[in-house]
Amino acid sequence: MSEPSRAEPLRAEPAHAEPAGRRLSRRKLITTGLAATAGVSALGVAVELAQKYGLIPPDHSGVYGGFYGLGETLTYASQRLLTRHSLAREFSRSQISKPPFPNELAPLPENFKRLQAGGFADWRLSVNGMVARPASFSLDQLKSYPSRSQITMVQCEEGWSYIAEWIGVPLSQVLQTVGVHPQARYVVYFSIEPDWWESIDMADAFHPQTFLTYGMNGGELPVGNGGPLRLRVPRQLGYKSVKFITHLTVTDNLKGFGKGLGSASPEAGYAWYAGI
Amino acid sequence: MGDSVYIPSAASAVPTAVTSRHSALVRVTHWITTLCFFALLVSGVEIVISHPRFYWGETGNNLTPTLFRIPIPASRNLVPTGYGYVLPDQNGWSRYLHFEAAWIAVLTGLLYLISGLFTGHFRKDLLPDGADMSWRPFSTSIASHLRFRKPNEAEAWSYNVLQRLAYLFVIFVLFPLVIWTGLAMSPAFVSAFPATVNVLGGQQSARTLHFFVSVALVLFLLVHIVMVCLAGFKSRMRAMITGRAGTDMERK
Repeated sequence: MSEPSRAEPLRAEPAHAEPAGRRLSRRKLITTGLAATAGVSALGVAVELAQKYGLIPPDHSGVYGGFYGLGETLTYASQRLLTRHSLAREFSRSQISKPPFPNELAPLPENFKRLQAGGFADWRLSVNGMVARPASFSLDQLKSYPSRSQITMVQCEEGWSYIAEWIGVPLSQVLQTVGVHPQARYVVYFSIEPDWWESIDMADAFHPQTFLTYGMNGGELPVGNGGPLRLRVPRQLGYKSVKFITHLTVTDNLKGFGKGLGSASPEAGYAWYAGI
Repeated sequence: MGDSVYIPSAASAVPTAVTSRHSALVRVTHWITTLCFFALLVSGVEIVISHPRFYWGETGNNLTPTLFRIPIPASRNLVPTGYGYVLPDQNGWSRYLHFEAAWIAVLTGLLYLISGLFTGHFRKDLLPDGADMSWRPFSTSIASHLRFRKPNEAEAWSYNVLQRLAYLFVIFVLFPLVIWTGLAMSPAFVSAFPATVNVLGGQQSARTLHFFVSVALVLFLLVHIVMVCLAGFKSRMRAMITGRAGTDMERK
């Protein structure tokens, strides 16, 4: 056997190895120094590029002292590089969960109950921010756009899931109607429930499966599932699909919203990006 | 000195020169992985507590039958556990920690894999010899394990055949499986790679398998710790921390 294997006894280094080791250690010092410098510069360049291409999530430094910023940034950046245009899995009609699972709701506010008593005829969705034509839509106006449907899964961060048919208008349709400025980077969306708001980047906002939904499984969207209007973001966990949407704002910076972490979720300790 | 003692074929002779039992890279990646594993375990348990029910197929929730459930209270009050109380909800930091630790573990694992291929670590230290792959060394090793026999001196320098196979199984089967089943639960990841969840039978199947593989990893960890204690806790810890091997007796 020419090459040493573990079956052979290991041999001590020959005596002349010592000075060679010292010579090597100076070389090693220089190469290590160069490698470290290159590493730090590469990291700096990577951070610059990541910022430029929008690969850093808004909660990267603000939650738990920024301790989890590394993991969140790696997750979000990888997803944006790998899955920017991918489509959420769609299912067959026979896979729709019967009955659809309505998650627990906080007590509904008085203004919701008033609108509900009126059959949601006065429900409005207002859109403003970095748009050419701020607007306010009634449900009927939203329904006048060509309706789309998708059979996708709602996946909760807790672990449960269900599949339903979601009927609505793609968010991109509404965004095109109001005319989004080219420098816009996020869409912030608000529920009628106080302190319930989220935001998504433009990749998700203009994604063909991101819907403002008003129907489910062939009928009206039940209140328990977010009716009369829920934003569906099927490539992210359920908590990004906020129920009872009344307001959208288009922005290039999330710092001015809440604590500046992107949405209410990081303020409650949950990741802003929930595609995992 | 090596000539006079019996050396099993799997073990190298006890070296006379001062060499490392484990290379610096193996030691560093071992302890980073250990830290990450505990972080993943604690946060994983916290996440499971929010819904300690398991399903098979694509979907599952409080309204559907379970494959099995863990008989503990949940941290969310809609889960019908049969207990009258709800545990504190710890999902926020648990999920942040779970994915941060997963990233560090995966990157550490990649570093270990690539360096292991270059240095021949897998071939030299983990792949059993041809001679080991017959019944004799197997039965000897199993018998000495069953008798809780202390390993001989040579085993402080090398792994026996059962150890090699256990480590190879963890590195090349369980770790890849736990990463795969984890990714198969990610809605964005499976949107780009739907086959990763479809071949597992659905998203809830992936979650259930993730749980089973995690249990297997915990069982490995328990056996690993017991074996380290039986083999000599101080000497084995010293070997994995400083790289120096040898028995407790010989070093005093």
